[in-house]
Parts: sequence; structure tokens; C-alpha cells
Amino acid sequence: MKYVDEFRDGKVARNLARTIAAEVQPERRYHLMEFCGGHTHAISRYGLRDLLPPEVRFIHGPGCPVCVLPVGRIDSAIELARDHGAILCSYGDPLRVPASGRMSLLRAKAEGADIRMVYSSADALKIARENPDREVVFFAIGFETTTPPTAVALRQARAEGLKNFSVFVNHVLTPSAIQNILESPEVRELGTVPLDGFIGPSHVSTIIGSRPYEFFAEEFQKPVVIAGFEPLDVLQSVLMLVRQLNEGRAEVENQFSRAVTREGNLKAQALVAEIFELRDRFEWRGLGEVPYSALRIRDAYRDFDAEVRFELPYRSVPDHKACECGAILRGLKQPQECKVFGTVCTPDNPLGSCMVSAEGACAAYYTYGQFTKITAVAEAS
Amino acid sequence: MSANPKTVKRGYIRPLDLKHGKVEMAHGGGGRAMAQLIDELFQLAFDNPWLRQANDQALLTRPEGRIVMATDSHVVAPLFFRGGDIGSLSVHGTINDVATSGARPLWLSAGFILEEGFPLADLKRIVDSMAAAAKAAGVPIVTGDTKVVERGKGDGVFINTTGVGVVPDGIEISGDRARPGDRILVSGFLGDHGVAIMSLRENLSFSTSIQSDSAALHELIAAMIAAAPGIHCLRDPTRGGLAATLNEIARQSGVGMTIREDDIPVREEVDAACELLGLDPLYVANEGKVVAVCPPESAERLLAAMRAHPLGQDAAIIGEVVADEHAFVQMQTSFGGRRNVDWISGEQLPRIC
Repeated sequence: MKYVDEFRDGKVARNLARTIAAEVQPERRYHLMEFCGGHTHAISRYGLRDLLPPEVRFIHGPGCPVCVLPVGRIDSAIELARDHGAILCSYGDPLRVPASGRMSLLRAKAEGADIRMVYSSADALKIARENPDREVVFFAIGFETTTPPTAVALRQARAEGLKNFSVFVNHVLTPSAIQNILESPEVRELGTVPLDGFIGPSHVSTIIGSRPYEFFAEEFQKPVVIAGFEPLDVLQSVLMLVRQLNEGRAEVENQFSRAVTREGNLKAQALVAEIFELRDRFEWRGLGEVPYSALRIRDAYRDFDAEVRFELPYRSVPDHKACECGAILRGLKQPQECKVFGTVCTPDNPLGSCMVSAEGACAAYYTYGQFTKITAVAEAS
Repeated sequence: MSANPKTVKRGYIRPLDLKHGKVEMAHGGGGRAMAQLIDELFQLAFDNPWLRQANDQALLTRPEGRIVMATDSHVVAPLFFRGGDIGSLSVHGTINDVATSGARPLWLSAGFILEEGFPLADLKRIVDSMAAAAKAAGVPIVTGDTKVVERGKGDGVFINTTGVGVVPDGIEISGDRARPGDRILVSGFLGDHGVAIMSLRENLSFSTSIQSDSAALHELIAAMIAAAPGIHCLRDPTRGGLAATLNEIARQSGVGMTIREDDIPVREEVDAACELLGLDPLYVANEGKVVAVCPPESAERLLAAMRAHPLGQDAAIIGEVVADEHAFVQMQTSFGGRRNVDWISGEQLPRIC
């Protein structure tokens, strides 16, 4: 696979790992938060931890859009399909997220709600065109990466005068979440969460650019390296962070220069600004209410806002008492430190959000086996 | 004196309209319309001495040896895809389920559940494809059944096939026989069928030249057994892909497995499609591949026999069976890291970004 295999070369990886091992200073620890679920997934899928020295430790951040979606929002999505009779169009990975009362979008579908998996916002538009007698709602979730396609769908719906299409917007913002983590008392004052640097999101940064992270590097003195999702990208970014920390620097560096610029995609930013505005607060699963951390549809497009059209009230629902997703998303705990991890809470029967999506920290740990020490008797011959 | 029933003219007023006709409730009603559908479509396509008897069952001569029986229901969507269709798939799938016991498949049954309104032309295409697959495999369809459900209560066509075969004496192949030290082999590139199907699903049309690998494996398996009669396990990695198959065998045998990512054959196009969709080729379905577990001393001989057959020319040794009370399947990544290859949870769902 051209443009992919180059970033999965085992030899290069082992060389990089040797360089990292040679450069880490044995007396210090390097706690690196990978904000994005895509990085968590790559780290687990390629067994990157095995290649790195023990001084480097990954902390899994809240950058999985499925993991941070609060229960109340899933409840509302189910309500749209079940109680308002709408065709609810959703991306694949929110379908299994647990909602209230052991419900989920998949279970609601099995019980008769018209919930359809789509691969893009354009698919939802198509369904709306094909079902003029039905209300069709696009369940829009995701960080800055998936926001522009939602904006395009809204603009298109208005241009076509689609009367039966609306969007239930749950788009959230990366910088606000990072700031929230850095400003948490645990990180800022108590020092209970050692957090030395960030592996920054790549896809998000193709849209917003690298500039928004400069504030964190300066204000909180934490280095940030924007990293691609391929395993070599992650290893190279670890090396860049190790070097910054060794040299006492805290800057924004861009490992993913093949797609990210400082300014980002200005056209996409303008489109998003035309259609969306900031919500003054939004609940994140695990992080609670975070001010100015999500988007809603501007008044000019309010006819297409499902929350307005269906008068959806938001009801906050507490997470399961035993679930420690909140602590895991903030880096306070590792997945296997949660009491229900791998017992009550598994990918087949997720209790908390981190176990649902393949990109969730708990699901990655469970699926790829970092939860237990395994001794293999026979090595590959 | 009564007439010989085999020479009695059926006398339907007009022949079945196989070009423009649709399945009607009457085609499953047990009356003349059903008899006509059986006569003019199924009987004609599958023609063999057992079917010609026109009984509700096939009278079979008991073969020597241990009898193997397997059944499978086919509900694939779309019904037609590159490299096959539900008809050939229903023949191959059941032949493979019989053959992976080490058996020689002898007979098949076919049960059809048809949806009212389904075009007879499509049904004919499916039936002809089944007949061709059965003929090519040398395994006749000796009995069958047809039901029709109301429009909206089916998905066009569902097909159930059951297969019967015999295992030669001395062959002991079972999922619980894997032992530490055994080698794990696959017969070729993984994930072709799953990707061929996915590329045609609604909302997901992407362009690929990948064909389904749907094929009857009994001749390949016979060649494998001839080369290495001591094979411990055979299984075709269909739904759930290689990952599910290895986990099943590991659990049945109470052993662990270590496979090597670098040695697992996956086509670049399949890898690319999976990458695009956020899927893992290890979990994608196959319909013409076999996984074998054999003692280490016969592994190379087995590999050579597989590669000598057209359906096994890309075969590879991909790993070893290890002692592990947890029955974990682990993979040595191409990076030198190690990770678990767990059962899949539900279906693989594509990632957002």
C-alpha cells in the first residue's frame, strides 16, 4: 500500500525504538498523553509499548468522539427514532454505546426503531431525498475532522429546500478538552497526574492547523507534537517529545507535516464558522460540563436543527457508579485499574464508553491483550 | 394398466415465465404452480437419479466409513457479487463444512425460502449457478424444499444446504486436536470474500477488482490429507475470519497460538479497503480458504501439497500452537511487538475518522 507501508516498516521502527531508548534519561519519566483514540488504537494494534523503554508511558486522553458522548445525548438520539418516528442516520461506531436502561442504538433498532448506519453525511441526505414523507435526522458526532462534512450537508439541505432533514449536532472541540485536562486540579496543582507532553491529533489538525496548540505549549509548558496515525508516525513523535523534554523545550512541533500546516484548512474553517457557533457549555462523558467545548447550529440554519425541530430537552444521566471512564479519560487511571474492567465491562457488554469504540482506551487494552501478562512458551521459529 | 409415471406429460398450460415472471405465494403452496417451479427449474437444473424419483426424500445407499453431516443457511446480501452468488456460495460453503472433517462430500440437500415478488430470472440465475457448482464439485443435490414467504418477510432468497460425506478410516481431524508445537497454515490470501461483498453494499460502493474466493475445497483438502494424513485440525475461516477460527480451535483444544503478521497472506487491495473502512483483515470473511493445524514434522510437506493445488498456491505457514491455559491467540506484529487477536465483539463497525 503506497503511502501506508512506508509508515509500517518494522526495521525503521526498531531503529527508531533504539534511538528513543538511547536518548531517554534513566532518572526521568516521560508521561505522554495521546489525545486521540486513533493513536491509542495504533499503539495497541502494533504493540508499540513492547518497543519502548519503560521510562516512556502513554496516557490515553479523551480523543475518541464515541467515548466522550454522554449518555443523555444517546438517549436523545434513541428518542428521535423511537418516539418521534424519525429515521435516525448514524455513523457505525456510536451504535453500540450504552444508553440509559441497558439500551443502545442497536438495541433500539432491534426493537423496531428506524436507525440506519451511514458512512457519510451525504448518505443521510440521500435517505432524506428518498423518504420525503419521513423525518430524517443525521446524528452528527465527532471532533473537528467530521464537522466540515456535517456543515456541507446542512448547506446542501438548505440549497435543495429539504423539509424533512435535520441534524442532531454533537460536534466537540479538541482544544477545549485539552485545556480542561490541563486545568484540572489534579494536573495543575496536585501533581497526581504526571503529564509531560502531548501527542497531538493529526486528522483534527488538518482542519484547525497546529496554531491552536501553541497556547498549551506556552501557558502550561507542555510540548506538543502533532502526529500521524501510522505506527512510525507515533514512534517518531515520541522521539521528538523525548528530545524536547530532554532539552527543556515546550514547543509545538509538527511530525505530520505531510498534511498539517500551521493555519490548517481555512476554507473548512470558514464553512464551519458560517453554519456553527459555540455552545456555552456541553457535557462530556468523563469530563463533565466543559464550557465552550462544542458547537451548535446558528440561527440562520435553525430549521435544520433537530434539537429545535423536535424540542429535545437535554437530560444529564450519570455514568454507572462502578465505571471509571472519567478517571481514565483524564489520565488519572489506567484501564486495568478499573474494578469492572474485563469482568462486568467487556467489548461484548460495555458498561462504560471507553469499552465501546475500537478506539476507546479500555477496548484497545482488552482487545489487544495489554490487560494481562502473557507468557508464550514457544516463540516464532 | 396404468401409464409409467416417468412418461406422463405434466401438461402445464404455459411454461414458467423465467424471463419476466415473479415468485408468487402459489409457488410455495403445494399445488400445481409449485410442482411446475420444481419441474421446470430445480429438477431441470439439478438433474440426477435421486431427484428424478420425485419423492420427498432421497433414498441413498449407505457408504462405508463414518458419516459426516453439516448444514448451513445462506442469507448473503447482495445476492450476486464478483466471483459468485448465493447459489454457488451455498454449495461451496456446505461442501467445505463437510470436507474440513477430512470427509469426501457425497450428497447435498437444498432448501429455498423465496420472497413473494422475487424475479424468476434471478432465481434461475441462482439455481443454474448452484447446479454448475454442484456439478463441478461432483456432489449432487439429491433432495430439496421450497417455501414462499410474503413480500417484505424475506430478503429475496435464503438457501439452506445440508451436506453428507464419509471420512476414510484412520483420519482423525477435529478442532480439539491442536497440540503445542503444531504449525498453523492457511491456504491463501485472506479477506477477499468479505471485501468483495462490502464493496457492493448499499452506501458503500468503492471500486475494487477483488473477487470473492468462494470455492469448494474438498479436492484441495483431499490432496492435503494424502500428503499429511496426520493433520490435526482443518477449518474454513468464514464469518469472523481467521481470528474467529483460530480462537475457536484454541479454545476447543485448550492451547494458545502465536501467529506472525509478516507471514499472513493478505492482498494489497484487501489491506487498503480495510484500512479505508477501519477494519482488520483478520476478522473479514473468506469462503474458499482453509486453515490447517498439523504436527511440525509434516508442515513443509503439507505446505508443498497445498501450493501444488490451484486453490492453495498462495498457502503459507503463519504460526505455531503454544501451551497457554488462557487459550489466547497472539500475534507477533511486523514491528516486533506482540498483541492479542481476540474474538470480535458483535460485527466490525467502521470508524468515524
